Amino acid sequence: MSSSPDNLLQVKIWRGCADGAYEDYVVPQQDNQTVLDVVTYIQRNLDAALAYRFACRVGVCGSCAMTVNGRPRWTCRTHVSRVAKNGMLEIAPLQNLPVIRDLVTDMTPFFEKWQEARGRFVPGEGPKDTLARVPPEQKERAAASAAIECINCGVCYSACDVVAWRDDYLGPAALNRAWAAYNDVRDGDRVGVLKAVSTGTGCNNCHTHQSCAEHCPVALNPTFSIAGLKRATLKASVKGELSK
Amino acid sequence: MSAFGITRASRAHAGFVAAIVHRVSGLALAIFLPLHFLSLGLAFEQEAFDGFIAWANNPLVKVSEALLVAALTVHFAGGLRLLAVEFFGLTRAQAVWIACAFAFGIGAGLLFLLRAF
Repeated sequence: MSSSPDNLLQVKIWRGCADGAYEDYVVPQQDNQTVLDVVTYIQRNLDAALAYRFACRVGVCGSCAMTVNGRPRWTCRTHVSRVAKNGMLEIAPLQNLPVIRDLVTDMTPFFEKWQEARGRFVPGEGPKDTLARVPPEQKERAAASAAIECINCGVCYSACDVVAWRDDYLGPAALNRAWAAYNDVRDGDRVGVLKAVSTGTGCNNCHTHQSCAEHCPVALNPTFSIAGLKRATLKASVKGELSK
Repeated sequence: MSAFGITRASRAHAGFVAAIVHRVSGLALAIFLPLHFLSLGLAFEQEAFDGFIAWANNPLVKVSEALLVAALTVHFAGGLRLLAVEFFGLTRAQAVWIACAFAFGIGAGLLFLLRAF
């Protein structure tokens, strides 16, 4: 394909559901333009029927992730100048999730897996446990802090090869969240997290390809969280805690 | 699910390449081992064994031997890298350096052994 003039971007956007196709658009290039700006320009000026999802535009809400030139990215913080190849962009919905329409995926399986992985707080028996003092330098606190800043964008889930191979695998985001929950010493049922993640669809499926860590827009490392869960479940299993 | 006809550019990073190299080298070793045991078994039959040794002197077989040493070294180092990440919680960079150091050491040792024969 011929390269475009300097001030025009050739943009291919996925239209339709899983059996859709790419459509071509030409978008004026601007300084400091993000991929989300490009999609918004198309929706407002060229094709009002284009479906996509965004909210905050500043990398906090995690709703605008898409596949850009083959890689999952947060589009609001991805500058076109960094990812366009010869003035071309190919924008598709996230992989490993059902497509609703155009660039919008159904995030239901993604969030259901967070519940399945027990990535939520379970209170202890009384205020004494739940309001336990947690020093910042505590080992568990440090591990939870390293995993906690997830924005639920689904980029890691989209990049994960194991999710692509078996769609019931809990995936890096849910397991990363479970690792943070497991390291919350106030939690009333920490072994419950390990039971939830050590099932056939859980942490032991991870092949340590580290695609999640490679693509995470906020530089988390779900692979290491999953490795932590593997170690913790192994220890708990040896002690017989998982079968109680 | 590789939807949308996209070549998975998301796989172009060291972790994925390491995983593929690990698997391919493992497969190569799995194919090699039965042949290796077969050749050892031949040692009891003088004639067949001499024939095998003559075949093994073929330059192509020699090159294959070197590749096999490389596969063994790479597979071993890849396994150490995985253990470093999964069991000792080391960062990616530390794990890669450990694997490289072991790969170099073992590779050098095996090449020395090959030369000894």
